[in-house]
Amino acid sequence: MLGGNKKSGTPFYTDFWFWVKIIIFAVFLIFLVYPFSTLVINSFRSTKADGFTMYNFSRFFQKKYYYSALSNSLQMSLIPTILSVLIGVPMAYLMTRFNIAGKTFWHVLIILSLMCPPFLGAYSWIILFGNAGIITQWFTSTFGITIPSIYGLGGCCAVFTLKLFPYVYLYVSGAMGSIDRSVEECAENLGSGKLRRMLTVTVPVVMPSIAAGALMVFMTALADFGTPGILAGGNFRTLPVLIYNEYLSETGGNANLASAISMIIVVISLLILFLQKWWVARKNYQMSALRPPAIAEYHGVKRFLITLPVAIVTLIAFLPQAVVVFCSFVKTNYSNFVFSEGFTLEHYAELGRSLTTNIRNSFVFSTVAILFILVLGILMSYVIVRRRGKTGGALDMLMMAPYVIPGSVLGLCYIVAFNNLGRTADGTVIRLTGTASIIIISMIIRKMPYTVRSGSAFLMQMDPSIEEASINLGVSPMKTFAKVTVRMMLPGVLSGAIISWVTCINELSTSIMLYTGKTATITVASYTAIVRNSVGTGAALASILTLTSGALLLIFFKVSKGKVSIV
Amino acid sequence: MSQQTNKSQAVIIRNAVKRYGDFQAVNNISLDIKPGEFFTLLGPSGCGKTTLLRMIAGFNTVDGGEICFDDKVINNVAAHKRDIGMVFQNYAIFPHLNVTENVAYGLKARKVPNAEIGPRVQEALKMVQIDHLATRKPNELSGGQQQRVALARAFVIEPSVLLMDEPLSNLDAKLRVQMRTTIKKLQQRLGITTIYVTHDQEEALAISDRIAVMKEGNIMQVGAPEEIYRKPANPFVANFIGVSNFIDCRVTSANKTATVEIEGKYSFKMPVRQEFNGDAILSARPEQLFLSDHGIAGTITLALFLGDFVQYEIKLENDQIIELNEYTKDTDSTRSVGEKVFIDFNPRQVSLYKKSSEEVISC
Repeated sequence: MLGGNKKSGTPFYTDFWFWVKIIIFAVFLIFLVYPFSTLVINSFRSTKADGFTMYNFSRFFQKKYYYSALSNSLQMSLIPTILSVLIGVPMAYLMTRFNIAGKTFWHVLIILSLMCPPFLGAYSWIILFGNAGIITQWFTSTFGITIPSIYGLGGCCAVFTLKLFPYVYLYVSGAMGSIDRSVEECAENLGSGKLRRMLTVTVPVVMPSIAAGALMVFMTALADFGTPGILAGGNFRTLPVLIYNEYLSETGGNANLASAISMIIVVISLLILFLQKWWVARKNYQMSALRPPAIAEYHGVKRFLITLPVAIVTLIAFLPQAVVVFCSFVKTNYSNFVFSEGFTLEHYAELGRSLTTNIRNSFVFSTVAILFILVLGILMSYVIVRRRGKTGGALDMLMMAPYVIPGSVLGLCYIVAFNNLGRTADGTVIRLTGTASIIIISMIIRKMPYTVRSGSAFLMQMDPSIEEASINLGVSPMKTFAKVTVRMMLPGVLSGAIISWVTCINELSTSIMLYTGKTATITVASYTAIVRNSVGTGAALASILTLTSGALLLIFFKVSKGKVSIV
Repeated sequence: MSQQTNKSQAVIIRNAVKRYGDFQAVNNISLDIKPGEFFTLLGPSGCGKTTLLRMIAGFNTVDGGEICFDDKVINNVAAHKRDIGMVFQNYAIFPHLNVTENVAYGLKARKVPNAEIGPRVQEALKMVQIDHLATRKPNELSGGQQQRVALARAFVIEPSVLLMDEPLSNLDAKLRVQMRTTIKKLQQRLGITTIYVTHDQEEALAISDRIAVMKEGNIMQVGAPEEIYRKPANPFVANFIGVSNFIDCRVTSANKTATVEIEGKYSFKMPVRQEFNGDAILSARPEQLFLSDHGIAGTITLALFLGDFVQYEIKLENDQIIELNEYTKDTDSTRSVGEKVFIDFNPRQVSLYKKSSEEVISC
């Protein structure tokens, strides 16, 4: 018999991977495409009209209560984006080009402050600058001055900037490290001064990385629920908060208006994403540094002066974490911390008494999710890199979905899609919402991309002939995948999975939509405790998050050995 | 290690075809590779040599024709069951395994008893002279050492066929020469049928029993190195193996003897394999030409003194540039630029092709 009946370049073991693809697509179809489509349909329906209607959208744009949230959301995303660039780019420049004292230490602190949940930062700022904040009161009692309120837009922007500038810093410092020295030397040779050279050569070359970092800042700020939730104060509403409120007030209904608001957020995210892609595509400079840029060596006072701005920015960004951990040991009087009465373990004892379920939930859910993410992530990275075929592009797109669909929107998608799956014989409604599974599934769908991205990046650098060598030596393709491919992808996949894990544990915006008493996680409990002013418990829960994230990140640094980018 | 001559197999390729969409990467190729032969696929990049090698290895499907080991068709045998050793261009050493574990990998897959694996690996490492590196990790090895690991790993399994895909292309020039001698000696000692892919003609000439010169998915010529060099079957081979000057001429022939006339000014007679009258191409290598007091007239435009020979560029009256090498041992002095000279050659050494079909006419 003649060969040639198979189309693919590599014969004989297409079947297994065919089924892997089917399963991956099925997972995304059921838990992303289907719920999202339901949401889209839902947004065009209303109890006030029959069939498809624009009622929800017209209501949104007619009532100031709603459309002011849109403008709030845009401002709250745009201002931190600009500020993050203004802070992140100089930070990256200083850190990559000068012998900053304690460089690694600052770098780790910056990453740590990025990985903790944003609402925790908001909470810290309330402890410090809130109406009854430590610093506010100190100013009032010492100087008689009232400092500006941190509630509302200003506070959100400050929190987001300090929390998210690390994105810009991380992307840009990666790019600055890969500019070949000769490019800048050439500019200097042509007569450019230092500042001029920075503005005309260095900054334009790292522009795509600035854009990538800025995009992450914008998307995260736009999608974040917890920060504006805590710092909302009075009339400051944003879209994710609105979705949550609308959904709560419409319970039992179909959450039509909430669906419409979700659509608006997704459309904005998509627009921004395409804008950024289009802009970067026009000015993409490929560069691989043959000679990495020189690091200027300063000594004594000069070195101190260069280190100072880095230290100040980093410490301010890290302050929230420190404050929260510190406060978790401070005695409270109703809803205020009382600093004069020394330290206590009371808040942790309280956790032990009434909140062990939340702690267990967080660890169980995220661990189960991470196991799925590991297996799916390994298979998916392999399919994307080695077996792209015609479906590779579609998989890439599915990987972008979590960036475009905010957590609260995904939560709402699951509510509208899985709240009523029919009835059992005795008449109880079958639903996925309220179960642990739905929270775990939402974690898998939203956080897997971190793992897939670092896994596929690792695999892409791996010469395919290493796998072929194994097959050639008599080990079957499936065994080769297990013995060689997976083994070699492991550092990439594991470090990606740790990042996925950290973000799962710190996840708030989806689980706040999907939790019930039994399935509340640490973040949910901490958030509700803070909102209810039970500040001590909130701080203790948040400290657990911070310490867990810190520990996981240390493992990440150990596993990735600097070879995996965190963003 | 046992001598393997008895185990090595013939590789027979019949009308093999590989298509990528509308593009024929391998176009109806047939080859008959004998047991124990060192056979080289030689050609420029994109000629289909690696594609064909990967079809033999089982990494590319065979879209038409057959590939046989002895009399067994292997078209549909899975790659891991073909019992082939392969050395990859980038060595493909398992980065997470040390040298010994790398070499033992194939033996373990074959369920060779542990007691036997150790000595066999040791002996293989000794044969490629890296037994002192047995516990090193790949990232602690130089390119040449990695290549030796790859080689040991491929032949330690005593395969019936050994495939090598440009194994020396990532090494520096000196190491390349050294390694090709190692490979040649090893192959002679083990007697494994070896199919070797390269784009380096010098390497191919040095190492092979026979060479197949390929171009655009087709075989241009198959033969022993000397045959391919001395009697190239067409202008492509003439210019790909070494360098050749091509001079337009007119041929009239009778009784297997051709009268070749160049520019109506110089003519000579040479033996031919078939009668032909018409336009033809004369192909002559720089070292087949010599300066004389008669022949094709020209002017020296460049003279490069390279030690053992002088390389001249000579401009003919029709402005064509001819390259000619004159060995320093054959003359007393180098000619100077601008000097008028005559170019001559031995008609039995040069080749003659029909201009239209590029078919060879000379014997």
